[in-house]
Amino acid sequence: MTNILVYALHHEGAINKNSLGAVSTAAKLAGELGGEAHAVFVGEDVSDETAGSIGSYGATKAFRVKAQAGVSQPVVDALDAVLDTGDYGYVIFGGGLLGFEAGAGLAARRGGGLGVEITGLKVADGKVVAERPILGDTQISDIAFEGLGVIAARLNAFEPVESGSPVTVEDVDVTFSDAAGKVEVVTRGEQRGADVNIEDASVLVTGGRGLGSAENFSVADGLAAAFGGTAAVAATRAAVDAGWFPYAGQIGQTGKTVAPKLYVGLGVSGAIQHKVGMQSADNIVAINKDGNAPIFEFADLGVVGDLHSIVPALAEAIKAKKG
Amino acid sequence: MAASHNGGVAPSQFPPPVDVVEEFVAAPTDPEDERIEVGVAIVGGGPAGLACANRLLQLLAEDPELLESLGEVPVAVIEKGKVCGAHNMSGAVMKPGPFKTLFPDVDLNDMPWAYTEAQDDGAVWLRNEKKSFSFPTTPPNFKNKGNWVISIAQLCRWLAEQAEDAGAYILTETAAAKLLVDGDAVVGIRTGDKGRGKEGEELRNFEPGMDMTAKATVLAEGTWGHLTGAAVKRFDLAAGKDPAIWEIGAKEVWKVKTPFKKVIHTFGWPARPQKKQAEAGGGWIYPLGDDQVSIGYVLPLHTPDATASVHDLLQAFKAHPYVREILEGGERTAWGAKAIQAGGYKSMPKLSTPGAVIAGECASMVDMARLKGVHMAIEAGRLAAESIFTQLKAGSNDYSSYETAIEDSLVGKTLREVQNNRPLLDAHSLLVGAGLSGLDFVTKGKLPPGGGPSLHRDAEVEVSIPDKPLKDRYPQPDGKYFFDKLSSVFITGNATRDDAPSHIRIEKHVKREVAEAWAWMCPAGVYEIEDDQPKEGFVDVTVNYTNCVQCGAITARGGRLTPPEGGDGPSYQAT
Amino acid sequence: MTKIVVLVKEVPDAAVQKQVDSSTGRLDRSGEKTLNPFDTHAIEAALQLKESGALEVDEVVAITVGPSTAVKALHKAVSLGADRSIHLTDDGLVGSDVVGTGYALAELIKRENPGLVLAGQQSDDGQSYAVGAAVAEYLGWPGLTQVIKLDVDGQTITAERQAEYGYDTVKVTLPAVISVGDAINEPRYPSLKAIMGAKKKPLESLSLGDAGIDASKVGEAGRKAVWTGSQQPPAKAAGELIEDEDTAATVEKIVTWLDDRKLI
Repeated sequence: MTNILVYALHHEGAINKNSLGAVSTAAKLAGELGGEAHAVFVGEDVSDETAGSIGSYGATKAFRVKAQAGVSQPVVDALDAVLDTGDYGYVIFGGGLLGFEAGAGLAARRGGGLGVEITGLKVADGKVVAERPILGDTQISDIAFEGLGVIAARLNAFEPVESGSPVTVEDVDVTFSDAAGKVEVVTRGEQRGADVNIEDASVLVTGGRGLGSAENFSVADGLAAAFGGTAAVAATRAAVDAGWFPYAGQIGQTGKTVAPKLYVGLGVSGAIQHKVGMQSADNIVAINKDGNAPIFEFADLGVVGDLHSIVPALAEAIKAKKG
Repeated sequence: MAASHNGGVAPSQFPPPVDVVEEFVAAPTDPEDERIEVGVAIVGGGPAGLACANRLLQLLAEDPELLESLGEVPVAVIEKGKVCGAHNMSGAVMKPGPFKTLFPDVDLNDMPWAYTEAQDDGAVWLRNEKKSFSFPTTPPNFKNKGNWVISIAQLCRWLAEQAEDAGAYILTETAAAKLLVDGDAVVGIRTGDKGRGKEGEELRNFEPGMDMTAKATVLAEGTWGHLTGAAVKRFDLAAGKDPAIWEIGAKEVWKVKTPFKKVIHTFGWPARPQKKQAEAGGGWIYPLGDDQVSIGYVLPLHTPDATASVHDLLQAFKAHPYVREILEGGERTAWGAKAIQAGGYKSMPKLSTPGAVIAGECASMVDMARLKGVHMAIEAGRLAAESIFTQLKAGSNDYSSYETAIEDSLVGKTLREVQNNRPLLDAHSLLVGAGLSGLDFVTKGKLPPGGGPSLHRDAEVEVSIPDKPLKDRYPQPDGKYFFDKLSSVFITGNATRDDAPSHIRIEKHVKREVAEAWAWMCPAGVYEIEDDQPKEGFVDVTVNYTNCVQCGAITARGGRLTPPEGGDGPSYQAT
Repeated sequence: MTKIVVLVKEVPDAAVQKQVDSSTGRLDRSGEKTLNPFDTHAIEAALQLKESGALEVDEVVAITVGPSTAVKALHKAVSLGADRSIHLTDDGLVGSDVVGTGYALAELIKRENPGLVLAGQQSDDGQSYAVGAAVAEYLGWPGLTQVIKLDVDGQTITAERQAEYGYDTVKVTLPAVISVGDAINEPRYPSLKAIMGAKKKPLESLSLGDAGIDASKVGEAGRKAVWTGSQQPPAKAAGELIEDEDTAATVEKIVTWLDDRKLI
């Protein structure tokens, strides 16, 4: 019997979607291994309801450790303590900074193997094998573990799947390490909306040279505004070179690498130098009047037409759809 | 070759906004105690510069007293590329002699950069897009048995390692921006600034260049000599000579399924070698070990058709069944492009001036009949070192003995013999030209009589878009077998800083014909005419200088390349 | 006075096309090498702390673990301003995983006893984001990764970073291990004189035995994450193409497409 432990990240009473995905995946894998998936919460004020609700995603136990949230040292101590109480083969972190940090710390503490940026997990010969994309996601390597397997997933690698029902929460007393006492979270989750970081945007509307001028970036702004949320505007090198958009918003080989849920290219030709910066986007939409533009070779939806007439209408339609 | 009058426009009508001597020649400005003092400053970490460094250190190893007198840095090599070899691209087939003279104990079979000792060779005439004709015997200038197919990018890395182990300072990522002149003598170089913004402003991490003073300065800058050009002007070193002219080559390395064994040169298709088009171009296919081939195409930079693009000609060349059969099922692993000095002996400047010598391709040391220059660069570097060593011992900065040494060496001899070869080919249609240049080759320049045609500046040839432009022969890129320019630049590892100032000087408001010629000519897609520009008359040229792979063609064709910030440009690995 | 250790790594130049050696599953690290770009930000951070006097630093020491060629990365590190460097190199290190490397680095750091350890948040090749945290764990020190702003006041560091829910501000007590992101500063260019002087700065080369490192915890012997194979990612389905003839119809098609994928 091999159980799987999952670190459940939470903030303001809600469990992180990536953690829910990790629990769902852990529950499925544990089923194949003949074990269970358990979750660990670390925080000052985790409610029974919040922690217990993890059961609805397949966890059969929820452990709660009282400590400050937002830094990895208490998480390592907490997971280390829980690992001592049962037969665990793997620990999964759903993704994000703390997953990498606590995962590395835990693997070091327990002498385990660490796999980071994991996008897939499977069971082979009674063991969990982790899939890690490498070389700009052009290859996926399989990683097996000796001893404890510590897995830090890539963001959005695993989808939450509801199964099971809320569980009772078990409080665990942990003796914290010295290091945990030397870290103090001053503020957490501060929003600095003014400068939306294009690397974190879920929707990126990107303007290329086909946009025509700096003023025409208002077309891109309008579309991003229609999507709302963490939609942001970015640009190609050509547009930045032309002085239409700041360098901080440049995607590509010599700019930023992004992986939004949706990328919309407006007048973007899609040269390889740009492609390497955005090819990991989940969905790629391209609007360009040049039907021979290379972007149409890898766009999921290509629109050959005049962006200046299509995009404003599209923005209105999206707003209408959202109501 | 006379400038053709086809109703076109000559790029030379639009000179670049640059005063070479004013901008690139200066007296030292750093306070004396802040200057970097070296013994010999070698500009350019290519075969010539590195051969010179290696030979100097061999000689200095035997003369501790002189070595001591040169101070802490006896030999410094200044290279703008990320590493030595990063900006080097060539065919390349090397005659082994000069290398063996420089490194008598090294076996070429042990060298990772020496791939194949040629056993067989051939010449092929590509008559049209389908037909080919293999010559029953290889013309003498294309005989290559015993020569080595090498990667020049890797050769330079190896030579740099040897020089560094021997005590040279290899200063990569460093541009030589100015020639330092005191009175009438060259006294060193000034390195380029780093950390300037688009408008030339100093960024927060600005690091100014420095004066590097030297007892001897070796200009070994390769195909387009930034400081060589300045020195030639400042000291009038080209008096009585023909102007420098260039051709341009594009190359790909392919991993292939079937080993290819022969050193092949082709002429004809897709270029049109008739007199009217003056496209005396050709291709090469060389084996690089058992599983790779080097394939490339060369074209003069004075073709009147504004749509001449050597990158696209190479793609068209690959479409020929003769080539396709060799590459079928293979995979492209590298790409590069470079201009080639083609003027030979007629364009060779005076090779020394007090305090400095000029060696290798920037001194026009290329045998265009055989398409070879690496061995001459190595030989010239070695001879420069020997002359400098002797004069340093004598306490003199007069290196004119190097000029005599070159004249008497295989470099001088070869260049004199073939000096009319290329001009004859250029001045006639392919068949006549090939006949005359063949005669010239076998008689070592004695026939035909009359000294051969003289050379005209590439930029003075008028360009226009003819009714049947060359571009009609270019295949559509498919990203698998045929490639566009930008994806090719991408695999060179070119990652020039986007907010660097432009290092390309051109007149940006020019006649459309000239703009088109630049746009097609540039293998890296640097020059662009945007859609909103007028179809005729004057247009504005957009310069995507961060794409630049430092090929040098723009200098031939009416602009002026300068070195970018050190470390920028391509990172050639296998070319 | 205190000492800052900067962890550096030699990586293949980002410009060079990388491949995986199919027989070992490891990155083929032949070809051009360079100092990991993220590490130049760590060095710059160390120098800024030293130069501003925010921390009384008497020495900045660059440490690396890697093959003989890694000396070049150390030369670059000292040309940027580190005072000296340490190179752990040993055949027994070949094949180390992140945890093993973290252990070896921690042992080297213990010998130096610095007040602060800085590292780049990720390497250009492995992209583990993890070595800093593993090192901190082995040292028993607090560690923070992906830091984009750093202020020191006495024995306290205030760091900012972008985490899962926005920007976090965290205080740690020294000694600590801080991994920095590339937004933290703009690294300087090394001066020509510094480049030329780099080889003259002290460089200590150590084997596992010299450094007192347990060989069973590093290299293949200590490897707990094992590569077992690789595959190509699933091919992406070909995209749809709309030729715009009627704007209203085109817009409707786009909206439907987005809506089907829950993107609105």
